[in-house]
Amino acid sequence: MSLDLPANLPERGCRDTPVLKQRGQREVFCGLTGIIWLHRKMQDAFFLVVGSRTCAHLLQAAAGVMIFAEPRFGTAILEEKDLAGLADANVELDREVARLLARRPDIRQLFLVGSCPSEVIKLDLARAAERLNGQHSPHVRVYNYSGSGIETTFTQGEDACLAAMVPSLPATDKRELLIVGALPDVVEDQALSLLKSLGIPVTRTLPAHRHSELPAVGPHTVFALVQPFLGDTHAALTRRGARHIPAPFPFGEEGTTAWLRAVANEFGIPRDHFEAVTAAPRARALKAIAAAATTLSGKSVFFFPDSQLEIPLARFLTRECGMTAIEVGTPYLQTGIVGPDLDMLAEGPTISEGQDVDLQLDRARAARPDLTVCGLGLANPLEAEGLSTKWAIELVFTPVHFYEQAGDLAALFARPLRRKAILHAPPTPIPSPQGGGAAPSPRVGEGWGGGASASAGGQP
Amino acid sequence: MKLTLWTYEGPTHVGAMRVATAMKGLHYVLHAPQGDTYADLLFTMIERRNHRPPVTYTTFQARDLGGDTANLFKDAAREAYARFKPQAMIVGASCTAELIQDDPGGLAQALGLPIPVIPLDLPSYQRKENFGADETFLQIVRTLAKPVARTDSITCNLLGATGLGFRHRDDVTEVTRLLALMGIAVNVCAPFGASPDDITRMGAAHFNVLLYPETGEAAARYLEKTCGQPFTKVVPIGVGATRDFLHEVSGLTGVSAKVDETGLRLPWWSASVDSTYLTGKRVFLFGDATHVIAAARIAATEIGFEVVGLGCYNREYARPMRAAAKAHGLEALITDDYLEVEAEIERLAPELILGTQMERHIGKRLGIPCAVISAPVHVQDFPARYSPQMGFEGANVIFDSWIHPLVMGLEEHLLTMFREDFEFHDAAGASHHGGKATTRIEAEPVEASGGDIFEQKNDTGAAGDLAWAPDAERELKKIPFFVRGKARRNTEKYAAERGVTAISIDTLYEAKAHYAR
Repeated sequence: MSLDLPANLPERGCRDTPVLKQRGQREVFCGLTGIIWLHRKMQDAFFLVVGSRTCAHLLQAAAGVMIFAEPRFGTAILEEKDLAGLADANVELDREVARLLARRPDIRQLFLVGSCPSEVIKLDLARAAERLNGQHSPHVRVYNYSGSGIETTFTQGEDACLAAMVPSLPATDKRELLIVGALPDVVEDQALSLLKSLGIPVTRTLPAHRHSELPAVGPHTVFALVQPFLGDTHAALTRRGARHIPAPFPFGEEGTTAWLRAVANEFGIPRDHFEAVTAAPRARALKAIAAAATTLSGKSVFFFPDSQLEIPLARFLTRECGMTAIEVGTPYLQTGIVGPDLDMLAEGPTISEGQDVDLQLDRARAARPDLTVCGLGLANPLEAEGLSTKWAIELVFTPVHFYEQAGDLAALFARPLRRKAILHAPPTPIPSPQGGGAAPSPRVGEGWGGGASASAGGQP
Repeated sequence: MKLTLWTYEGPTHVGAMRVATAMKGLHYVLHAPQGDTYADLLFTMIERRNHRPPVTYTTFQARDLGGDTANLFKDAAREAYARFKPQAMIVGASCTAELIQDDPGGLAQALGLPIPVIPLDLPSYQRKENFGADETFLQIVRTLAKPVARTDSITCNLLGATGLGFRHRDDVTEVTRLLALMGIAVNVCAPFGASPDDITRMGAAHFNVLLYPETGEAAARYLEKTCGQPFTKVVPIGVGATRDFLHEVSGLTGVSAKVDETGLRLPWWSASVDSTYLTGKRVFLFGDATHVIAAARIAATEIGFEVVGLGCYNREYARPMRAAAKAHGLEALITDDYLEVEAEIERLAPELILGTQMERHIGKRLGIPCAVISAPVHVQDFPARYSPQMGFEGANVIFDSWIHPLVMGLEEHLLTMFREDFEFHDAAGASHHGGKATTRIEAEPVEASGGDIFEQKNDTGAAGDLAWAPDAERELKKIPFFVRGKARRNTEKYAAERGVTAISIDTLYEAKAHYAR
């Protein structure tokens, strides 16, 4: 194991740091939000939320402006009569699904997604999925999972979705590597290409673009997670006999190298071959990170809980970008999965799990971090109080994994600081159009070949 | 159960949030599961508010359900009072909390807070956002506003402006200015900018101006009954409606309706010859009833468009909407299903859509220009500049924003003359929009809509046994794209009525002459 991790581990990491847990208002999305990227990733899937107008409104508010054109998700809105038992909700659901599938013959996978109201009224979507599978297989495979806020926080929706797919994945006895977690296509292609160059025999991904491309799983499957929020999927794959390769997450040069090395060691890839394959992209990643790190170095960062990416990202920002973490908040701390990242994150920051948003805001205001990573509901109010913020959701919606995105990831954090610097810079004197009587501005005139005449000859 | 892809209105508690966020010194304690806090970002992102909405969510989770969610609510309410020290508190449940029946109103009363606590009963599974706002405002007014002595000079209250409203910020300013021209001051504007203390002063006004019936009518009726304040029925959107509004106010107060109209430009902009090309352009209108009714009047009488279809998504106002449609010789489309609206727009093939952000998107898919006239709102509906819809400046803004999406004047003629031009063809769009002119591809352009539900539908109309001769088909393509669908349908209808099965160029032009207006 020691070979798998970078040599310069901190004397004490955060694995054993006492975790601050507070109960109160949680300013987080529910698991339904994951539908926004999952429906783009799985191109023959439809996500049918069984819920309320609030669910529909959430999806629209969180996603509406971005992907108005092609909804492959919708909400079956529960009405008064569904609740009063006057209408058999299951009959209604079957009818809506039949209509939907008739209109969309391209749909091969249908996810019935449970919501807070459907959970509270105990609408049995597992049984409904079973029944609908009977009606619509083999053309359509029907799954169910819960994206409700009472059970899932934001990215846990993807975890629940992938975990729901695992039991029905085909069985295999082959030794295969399975990459688990939805990645942007460009990043997935890069990862697969790197693994191929390393000489890893067969690599499959979950989720897959199409139902027909779903991976098989069995006792010789080994899997690596690319997202830290996949605890239930991890457990479901383990139940199928697959084995997890623990590793830090592939963010930044260091994280990507450690992740690849863990996989390479599993497959007995020789060290010199590993170095040969990774040398060039590592160098590129380091160069790109260095550009953004000049802005980030020496600055402090405070994470509000959002996506569970917080621990690996704090590790990246502190070790590769020279930042200091004040607090790293995460909705859930899955030590079994982010343990390697916790080992690398030097002790010091408060590690908090869950949230009382008002108390956490008090801490952030007191600490006045240089950069606050938080949700969209908090960002503008904190900016108005003079803090610089980074929208956490962008980290989930932007290609940030692996070497070629390491610089982009650092730049995402650097941009708010650079922007603030631009907007708050002392005003640059601008020569008046007439050129006479303006404050001296040597730099503006230079390079135009002649001081005052340059501004005099400018556009009126 | 009803399958919904996009909704025009949010849930009722979002309506209550629009009231709470518009006000000052009011706090909303909302019994809601984790995740419902998404609604905060509507205000902080879309409206760019620099404060969090004054809402405390209990954010209960599954593990709380077996235990004591009622105590969770009480703790949240108590802590919200201690932290925010509001003048009054509204309490209620979101859709999920409604199901667990904790009675937030009763729980909050039991806390004995030293401020008015106003319980909200908003049926989430029957009603929607506008009702939520209207009802919340009513309950606040009912609890806090009492008859008080009138102000010495003539004053009024402005009712109905909320957070996340379509141009409410600027409408309030514009109507305040308009009334000032008559010498009438605003006593209280509410909910927008009012505190609970201000609400208690509302009875001092001589009358009420109902800016937005959707979110203020229940309060207006209540104040009419209990404080004896009449309220205005005309919504001052458009030149004619603004003048009618001034006369209505004059009738209520006895103050002259003659005001300075110096800044009003719409009538001359519309009369100037460059606007000739607007004559009879076919428009379809959809949105909330108030904005659509007003916009239809402007379109028909102040700009000279032809209204070919109109409707609203809020059933509460179906009756006035139907009456207004009848005045235009049309049947109103009352629906909250945007698929129906899309189908209707496709059928009517208008040259301009005046709608919401949803219709703007429908227009994008169908290649029809659209101007936005109503909520639901989008970040674009909160411009940095002053941009009211109401009053005389509102009329100016409306002229600009409706005309801008259209291909203008001589450019339209050039398109007609040189349709076959490889770069200056109609699908390239209006030159002032800065879109990249794409070289015409000879095949019929394919709508880039990917795997949409409407993939299977196409624009062949009721073709059936009808066959288009190749040269007639080519001629059809020379017709500008925004009327091509209409031309195709008219021709096919004309042919079918006459038993013609093969459509030639002659059939096309005979149909054109037949349907000429």
